Amino acid sequence: MKGRKIFGGKVQGEVLATHDDISFYGGCDPETGVIVEKGHELEGQSIAGKILVFPTGKGSTVGSYVLYSLSKAGKAPLAIINKSTDPIVAVGCIISDIPAIDQIDVSQLETGLKIEVDADNGVISII
Amino acid sequence: MKLRLTDEEKEMLEGKHGRATKKAMDLIVNLGEIYGAERLIPISSVQIAGVSYHNLGEAGLEYLADMAVDGKVRVITTLNPAGMDLEEWKKHGIDEDFAENQQRVVDAFARMGVITTCTCTPYLIGNLPHFGEHIAWAESSAVCFANSVIGALTNREGGPSALAAALTGRTAEYGFHLQENRNAQIKYKVDAKLHSTEDFGLLGYVIGERTRKSIPYITGIPHATTEELKSFCASVATYGGVAVFHMEQITPNRTTVPEETEIVTREDIDTAREALDDENAGIDFISIGCPHASINEIAKIAEMLEGKEISADKTVWITTARPTKDLAKKMGYYDVIEKSGAFLVSDACCAVAPLKGRFKGLMTDSAKACFYARGKNNFKTEIRTIEECIREATS
Repeated sequence: MKGRKIFGGKVQGEVLATHDDISFYGGCDPETGVIVEKGHELEGQSIAGKILVFPTGKGSTVGSYVLYSLSKAGKAPLAIINKSTDPIVAVGCIISDIPAIDQIDVSQLETGLKIEVDADNGVISII
Repeated sequence: MKLRLTDEEKEMLEGKHGRATKKAMDLIVNLGEIYGAERLIPISSVQIAGVSYHNLGEAGLEYLADMAVDGKVRVITTLNPAGMDLEEWKKHGIDEDFAENQQRVVDAFARMGVITTCTCTPYLIGNLPHFGEHIAWAESSAVCFANSVIGALTNREGGPSALAAALTGRTAEYGFHLQENRNAQIKYKVDAKLHSTEDFGLLGYVIGERTRKSIPYITGIPHATTEELKSFCASVATYGGVAVFHMEQITPNRTTVPEETEIVTREDIDTAREALDDENAGIDFISIGCPHASINEIAKIAEMLEGKEISADKTVWITTARPTKDLAKKMGYYDVIEKSGAFLVSDACCAVAPLKGRFKGLMTDSAKACFYARGKNNFKTEIRTIEECIREATS
């Protein structure tokens, strides 16, 4: 799969996918990486060390700092893959060195899938 | 690369203007490349969000402190509300640890040359762009006000990207900086008489929920005060992510007018009120000033509170910007308000102060305040006019 580079880097890991948009501010615990938004598909699950796949970001502009806090706490996702990355998530990835790609058909990436993300070239491959 | 930089911008990117400027330029260039900008443009005003220590946390503060080592802002830059009144925090029940950390955040901004106003209404206290001016503002309600009511041009910046714009004096030219992205997409005819800030907040809720980031063209409103427009902006941005709207005969931007028309009735406004009213809310907290109260609103509130007393089981916060509070002191409004037992709180607001667990039910004239009271603080809510809020507080 090929998409658009948001922020560069190359990683391998396991997919954690959701159909719901994510609001990092208020929706994700900045210290543990656990999704805390009530009724969210990933409620109670940790995004730490996963290749996090979701359609797009939503909610407050403070979300960028939550990604930064996660990164400082070692609880950030390994990479982020979106249908369309909103500026809040993009800024979060850039200041936290999280590889990210968008313009991907995210419905094809299911939880548990092992993939390689080559964000510099915008390429995702199944391993 | 499609994005072209000037020599000075290249120098910033290479680190010739210091490390913070390099990091800032890096972020702006990255965003420009992602969103297809062809160039960067100078901006003349910045509003920064992400100021409350409650929202930033220690990691966010470290980021700011790092940028403050050699970063200096190049244009007028003001701050969003902090988590407390920077001077009178103690009597509002803020604990010392929080106060110390909040002050560290404000100090980091001050080292960068930011004017540490801490308000969501910078346009009321001296950070006022003019029509057609390119700016980089965070704070969704102020973005909406600047784009729509003033006719300046800004994207919805986040905390770090607004700071980056301040340190470089630039932003990438994409989104709402381009005229073609600012045209109305759907028309709303308001078939209801609106009387107050709370009515305009409810209208923002109705249109925000329906329009979902598309640009509304609103007709049927013969008159609106600045305070009513700021209430509408806060609400339509909170519930719909709206960054720009057009209001016939009121807002200055040129636009094409969409054919597709939706009607907003009194019934829709009343339904919105029901959605924001919780049963058995057990009101013990009343807050007015989201967005921050103007001097005109404070004058009226002081008049209502003259000779009255806030009931013992209720706490009242009137929130505003510090220059407005100083003016209220000079005019005698502060003394009247505080004598009644209410607090005139500056620099902070009920959405970003650490209030979780302190109250059960909030009554406010602000639809936006209801959203954050519920989501962040687990308060129940009721939305009423300012007069009704004051009546509740003194009953």
